[in-house]
Amino acid sequence: MSEKSNLKLFGKNSFPRRLLRFLGTMELAITLLITLAIASVIGTVLQQNQPYTDYLIKFGPFWFEVFESVGLYDVYSAPWFLLILTLLVVSTAVCVTRHTPSMLKDMRNLRTQVQRKSLATMKHSEQWISRDAPDTLAASFQQQLKLKGFRTRLTDRNGALLVSAMRGGINRLGYILTHVAIVVICVGGLMDGNLPLKMAEWRGQIQIETRDLPLSQIPQESRLAIGKQAFRGSVSIPEGRSSEVVFLPMRDGYLVQALPFRIELEEFRVEHHDNGQPRSFESDLVIHDPELEEPLRHTIAVNHPLIYKGYAIYQASFADGGSALQVEAWPFDHRAGDPVMLDTKVFDSRDMHWGDRQYRLEMTNFRLFNINPDPTDDNPRRMTNSGPSFGFILRSHTGEATEYENYMFPIEREGRMFYLSGVRSSPSENFSYLHLPADAHGGVDSFMEYLARLRDRNLVADIAQLMTRDALADLPEPDANLEESLQQTLITLVGMFVRGGFDEVREFVEISLPEIERQTLAPAYLGMLREMLARIYFAGVDGHELDNTDNQNIFFLQDAVDAIGSLPRYHSPVFLMLHDYEHIQASGLQIARAPGQFIVYFGSVMLVAGLFILFYLPQRRLWIWLDEEGGASRVLLAGMTNRNPRDFDGFFDEIQQLLKPDKQEL
Amino acid sequence: MSETIRQNQTDSQSWLAVGAWWTLLLLATVFILVAYGDHLDVYEVTILFLTGFSMAWLGKVWPPFRWHALAVAILSLLALQRYGGDLSMAQQDFWLNYILASQSAIMWMSAFYLASTVIYFGGLIARSDYTQKLGSRFAWIATTMGMVGLMVRWRESHMMGSDIGYIPVSNLYEVFILFCVITSLIYLFYERRYRTRGLGGFVMLMITAAVMFLLWYAFERNAHEIEPLVPALQSYWMKIHVPTNFIGYGAFAIATMIGVAYLLVSWRAEKKPDSDFVKAMPSLAAMDDLMHKSIALGFAFFTVATILGAFWAAEAWGGYWTWDPKETWSLILWLNYAAWLHMRFTKGWHGRPMAWWAIVGFFIMLFTFLGVNIFLSGLHSYGGL
Ligand code: HEM
Repeated sequence: MSEKSNLKLFGKNSFPRRLLRFLGTMELAITLLITLAIASVIGTVLQQNQPYTDYLIKFGPFWFEVFESVGLYDVYSAPWFLLILTLLVVSTAVCVTRHTPSMLKDMRNLRTQVQRKSLATMKHSEQWISRDAPDTLAASFQQQLKLKGFRTRLTDRNGALLVSAMRGGINRLGYILTHVAIVVICVGGLMDGNLPLKMAEWRGQIQIETRDLPLSQIPQESRLAIGKQAFRGSVSIPEGRSSEVVFLPMRDGYLVQALPFRIELEEFRVEHHDNGQPRSFESDLVIHDPELEEPLRHTIAVNHPLIYKGYAIYQASFADGGSALQVEAWPFDHRAGDPVMLDTKVFDSRDMHWGDRQYRLEMTNFRLFNINPDPTDDNPRRMTNSGPSFGFILRSHTGEATEYENYMFPIEREGRMFYLSGVRSSPSENFSYLHLPADAHGGVDSFMEYLARLRDRNLVADIAQLMTRDALADLPEPDANLEESLQQTLITLVGMFVRGGFDEVREFVEISLPEIERQTLAPAYLGMLREMLARIYFAGVDGHELDNTDNQNIFFLQDAVDAIGSLPRYHSPVFLMLHDYEHIQASGLQIARAPGQFIVYFGSVMLVAGLFILFYLPQRRLWIWLDEEGGASRVLLAGMTNRNPRDFDGFFDEIQQLLKPDKQEL
Repeated sequence: MSETIRQNQTDSQSWLAVGAWWTLLLLATVFILVAYGDHLDVYEVTILFLTGFSMAWLGKVWPPFRWHALAVAILSLLALQRYGGDLSMAQQDFWLNYILASQSAIMWMSAFYLASTVIYFGGLIARSDYTQKLGSRFAWIATTMGMVGLMVRWRESHMMGSDIGYIPVSNLYEVFILFCVITSLIYLFYERRYRTRGLGGFVMLMITAAVMFLLWYAFERNAHEIEPLVPALQSYWMKIHVPTNFIGYGAFAIATMIGVAYLLVSWRAEKKPDSDFVKAMPSLAAMDDLMHKSIALGFAFFTVATILGAFWAAEAWGGYWTWDPKETWSLILWLNYAAWLHMRFTKGWHGRPMAWWAIVGFFIMLFTFLGVNIFLSGLHSYGGL
């Protein structure tokens, strides 16, 4: 009984045998190659390993779940993908194992057993008579073929002589190398993949952390001990700080991997080209390891990692590391208080009061350089450096957050200088920019003074009166009522403009004027407002009138009016000006351990060697059959190759020329 | 066919010429080592030697290559001499302005490739051997000017500033020139080796398409302007990874156009076997064979390029394989051609299905080369439009 089942298990047509045969078929191999190619497409079309909420928004709750269950967010480690890969490796392994013995034999076999008849019918064969005796000929042919790189053997075939020759036997080795290499590379790659982590997760030994926690609060289940396993993660270290861990991104969260040493960042540098574009990113690292006599100092840069104890440390990115900023806050409404100087840091936040409102100010970023396309150049590729900028978020007491990006220095636009401040209410929007005109001293003082003058009731009333008089001077007799009402209108217009910009003025005109008069009166109202704004501006401070023919003043007024008109959409009660900074950066390091790397590289070299042998060292065989015919010889030359038949045509001709110099055709 | 080989043999047997070629190469290598040795690290010296050996071998098996290389060297040196280290000479000097400055050379390249395409097809229609030979000449001139353009651009980038210089195979504009030059070199090699000019127009048509893109890219997007490299690209790996890649792409592109020619000839032959077109073109069997050869060549070099890319990625990004879209599409392209080769070599498929498949392969290649940069985001986003 047991004998019988054994037979069944290992018999020629038993299931395992059939399975093995199936795995080694060409059909399966080609199917797998194509399937793997198609499967790989998925992960390039759908961005992998993004936050899960992004996918949720993109696909909706139903498809999100479906896609998650088939592993589309991390295709390349999904079980079904690994299964295809494994099948391909198994198939290749079975194929090589099955073919190798015969190929090895074929490499050495000179095929001395061929029959004359089959040689004569080969596609490449040629016959002629030579005057020399067979043995002399055989010796000379062998000699000549050896010079052409052939291995030869002479055999006596029932009185006839047969010279068998072969070149490029190594071609078969090419096949073996190529296919073994595939297996080797995949095994090495598997060692470096995150399969072990996945397994540990399935078994419940580790748990992916998805919250943004300080390191000390990350639970033990999300931490990995120092070990020999492969990993790839990143960590951001501010200048002057150090880290003993690295974070491994996993799906929508991360794990914390401990390191057997501490990495300290002394300094991070960005070197720049003359045009301001970055030339290199460099980090001065100090490795503190109890096993080292003294700390190891090393500078890494992009393309120049540090490899220490099998851990490779790369320069990957950079960010602000908490730069110190000195910022002056200018309230737009002077009644809310004087400008104040704040000493703050990137990532700091604090509560502020302006007027009777409370705000929370969060400093978010500092950039030393801003390299942008130069708007004054027709060529969109020409870049210019706009100098430092900083970013912050202002939260109102209702929790509404607005994001700002302010430049430290005034920037030139059409020959005038402006302080630029970008504003947006959600990160998905582009910044829109407030342009505050800088005065002759490069400050915002003049602008703020002008704004304060517009709020000065007495001043506005005086100027409104003056303007009313000028306007009504031509009337035959003064009309006190008209005068009173016009003056009041002018005051109201200025007040509305300061509060709500041109928008509010237009709205007022819409509502308060009867429809028939709107067409003609609306422009008149705006004209009066502009006249008021100009008169207030040129009235100057403390009676120092400004020259209203000076172009510089005219432009300043125009720019200031534009800026005030857009203030309502700026949403901030203050303007923040950067006075001083101390740049502190953080370097983003990528740290990896890849124990399979050497194996993969070894396999790659095998693959390349195998391919070139396979393609460019074809196996070529020649046979020369010599029959004695009355002291002379009848020569039969035949040949074959295993690839590039067209090249062999010419080669065979060449050999024929070589061996048959006297051209005696049969 | 036997003609060919004998021809090649006499070529390579003229040892005097080969000896002179090798001596020249040796001198050039020594000169570069002496003149620039201080700026080269050990990897770059290795690459220099590798280049020297490849050129020594190419010149031996392929004599016209020697004249091409010599012409490129002389014209490039002339350009450098005219520049004399001053970039503004590009507009002032007659030679630079009209012929040798990289931008001018590349315009000449474009013009000659266009002309070559027209002439090749003209020769095919008129069944004029002489005309086709002229097409081939034009292709050689275009290739020479393209190569001169690249060499001079290399120097120009160094003249822009002490630390800006880089090998011009670093952005989409530059690799398109590289693509044109390499594709036509591979084709010209086959043309001589297999004594057939019938495919010239087809291959040049592909190059013309690349030239059209190049011109659009230069005039619409100012892509020809030299800009400093981002740090990630400052590596000796680029010097070998990119050219190797483009030998692969070039060979695949040729296989594609042979596939197109194959289909046209086979349709025509079905209707009218003795038509002029069929007679003027290489035999179906010859095209089938050449298609296989091109794909094998492409596959071998593409494999090397992908592996070099992985080595580089390990050094720059911290992992030799990260399933970045560009890497993944390279794998897809590679798997596709692996399947093609198995079908052809072990299952013995040939003819029309394989020609169609070679054409499909081209679209996968196009996506790997361009589509990934345009449509997908990833680490390889240097070459965006
Ligand atoms: C990723 C996987 C594989 C790659 C990259 C690969 C690559 C190659 C290449 C490049 C060739 C040479 C083709 C030619 O000369 O035109 C070849 C030949 C061959 N392959 Fe594969 N192969 C793979 C998997 C397989 C598998 C799974 C099998 C088993 C069914 C297989 C069986 C063969 C055979 C029998 C040959 C012919 C060898 C000869 O007679 O010289 N290959 N392979």
